[in-house]
Amino acid sequence: MSTLSVAKITQPLFDVHAVRRDFPILSQQVNGKPLVYLDNGASSQRPEAVLQAMDSYYREMHSNVHRGAHTLADRATSAFEGARKKVQQFLNAPSAREIIWTRGATEAINLVANGLAPLLKPGDEILLSQMEHHANIVPWQMLAERTGARVLPIDVTPEGELDMDSFHSLLSERTRILAITHVSNALGTVNPVADMVAKAKAQGVITLVDGAQAVPHFQPDVQALGCDFYVFSAHKLFGPTGIGVLYGKAELLEAMPPWQGGGEMIERVSFAGTTYNTLPYKFEAGTPAIAEAVGLGAAIDYLATLDRDAMEAAENALLQRANELVTSVPGMTVIGTARHKVPLISFKIDGLHPSDIGTLLDQQGIAIRAGHHCAMPLMEYYGLPGTARASFAFYNTLEEVEQLFAALQKIQRLFT
Amino acid sequence: MTTSAIDFTKNPLGTSTTMEDVFDAFELLDDWEDRYAFIIDLGKQLPPFPDSERNEKNYVHGCQSQVWLIHHYEADGKLFLLIDSDAIIVRGLAAIILVALNNHEPRELLAIDIDELFERLDLFRHISPTRGNGLRSMISKIRDIASTEAA
Ligand SMILES: Cc1ncc(COP(=O)(O)O)c(C=O)c1O
Repeated sequence: MSTLSVAKITQPLFDVHAVRRDFPILSQQVNGKPLVYLDNGASSQRPEAVLQAMDSYYREMHSNVHRGAHTLADRATSAFEGARKKVQQFLNAPSAREIIWTRGATEAINLVANGLAPLLKPGDEILLSQMEHHANIVPWQMLAERTGARVLPIDVTPEGELDMDSFHSLLSERTRILAITHVSNALGTVNPVADMVAKAKAQGVITLVDGAQAVPHFQPDVQALGCDFYVFSAHKLFGPTGIGVLYGKAELLEAMPPWQGGGEMIERVSFAGTTYNTLPYKFEAGTPAIAEAVGLGAAIDYLATLDRDAMEAAENALLQRANELVTSVPGMTVIGTARHKVPLISFKIDGLHPSDIGTLLDQQGIAIRAGHHCAMPLMEYYGLPGTARASFAFYNTLEEVEQLFAALQKIQRLFT
Repeated sequence: MTTSAIDFTKNPLGTSTTMEDVFDAFELLDDWEDRYAFIIDLGKQLPPFPDSERNEKNYVHGCQSQVWLIHHYEADGKLFLLIDSDAIIVRGLAAIILVALNNHEPRELLAIDIDELFERLDLFRHISPTRGNGLRSMISKIRDIASTEAA
């Protein structure tokens, strides 16, 4: 917690109602009710600042990057590379060369899985966990198929934490890669990734952290975490769709072969042989998502205007209120009760299918997600077809939490 | 496609309960809670789904919930359908689909504009392809059955 300055004490630290005004989409009616958007885990909303940055990029500076001998190309390039710099600072990465643009977290993981193929041999092991998103499972299974390596999942406890005994027993001299999520999208659990990375590194294991669900709630420091790779998608961080980030340690990125070939990623092309560009361009074939990069930069700038500590405290208050209200809905059970969670509750209600809950909340203007959350192995572990998931962002209010529970009570009355 | 040997045709959906009844009911019910209570009740009128028919052949893919569909072709040429789901709202919406489509000859069934009926009930979004709850796949499967039987 930062020490409070005198000026801050006289005004609310985090005025959620003022913040909401920055998000135009939130002030609409859905099915005749004010929208209560609690599907932030799937994708969050964009502040005006992001919309304006993308709009003025197209109105004032669009051109292709890195190539033109003209003013617009310079403007576009500096906006684009400026955004990379913002991401570098956001993650506290040592260098902007280590920030690779991708289409999202999914593509970033696929890029790494492809790049590490030459390092793997039959019998090598890739450690994941049972709570991974499919995006952090399937690319590794595909890699295992190609190389003869094996994918092993770390167990989850009934509370929804990673089972550290399972982690320690699986970590061995055969382990080559550890790929784990920072925050579970289905449960909200914040995993002790710094610890796990340190243990893995001590054995020379390459580590990847999936930060897709972490960055909307707190700012990771990749140097403090010590991981080799960190990935996230902009659209969950209040930025545009179609762009995401791979942070990778320069020495590993240098060692990895390029993934896709084309323009931008080359130094020189000839039929006698082609040489590749330096980092980060080696991994950025083709014209990139320029406006989206600019939009992501604007999202990061926007977040920097908010008081982080106050924002995290406000998010915690949302989670706490939700937890308090669970008993007001008979038959409701929260799946995932880890000690350290982001504001997200996955739940079931006896006698109702998650899709019933989703449909009837939608009638009341409340958007949640119902389903397996792209985490089928985790659902299987809990023996559930899926859950209903309310995932909050800093722009959600305590009143919205209360509306969710009032709406759930109403649904229950409908079925009894 | 084979017709189910089990007789589930003696049920009100599409026989004693018609679309006119559904429209009348919806007209009287003006808030969403009453309308959904009605949909849920209609779902309770679905005849029990035979356990022996819960197999891959009768499974409707593409749904969040588990959905099964079987049909029975009567000697008089009328087609009867039976649907089951573990989601209560999907059962209710399926019951409306049966009210609309049961007890018709396949050719008649193919002429029914189910989208328009759902539009009139202000329930179209539930069967729209964007919803991904499988009702759309259920409807296509029914139409496939009717096309096969009509051929
Ligand atoms: C934990 C986690 N990892 C990865 C992803 C994939 O993100 P994207 O679909 O933006 O590539 C998600 C998205 O839901 C996620 O929650």
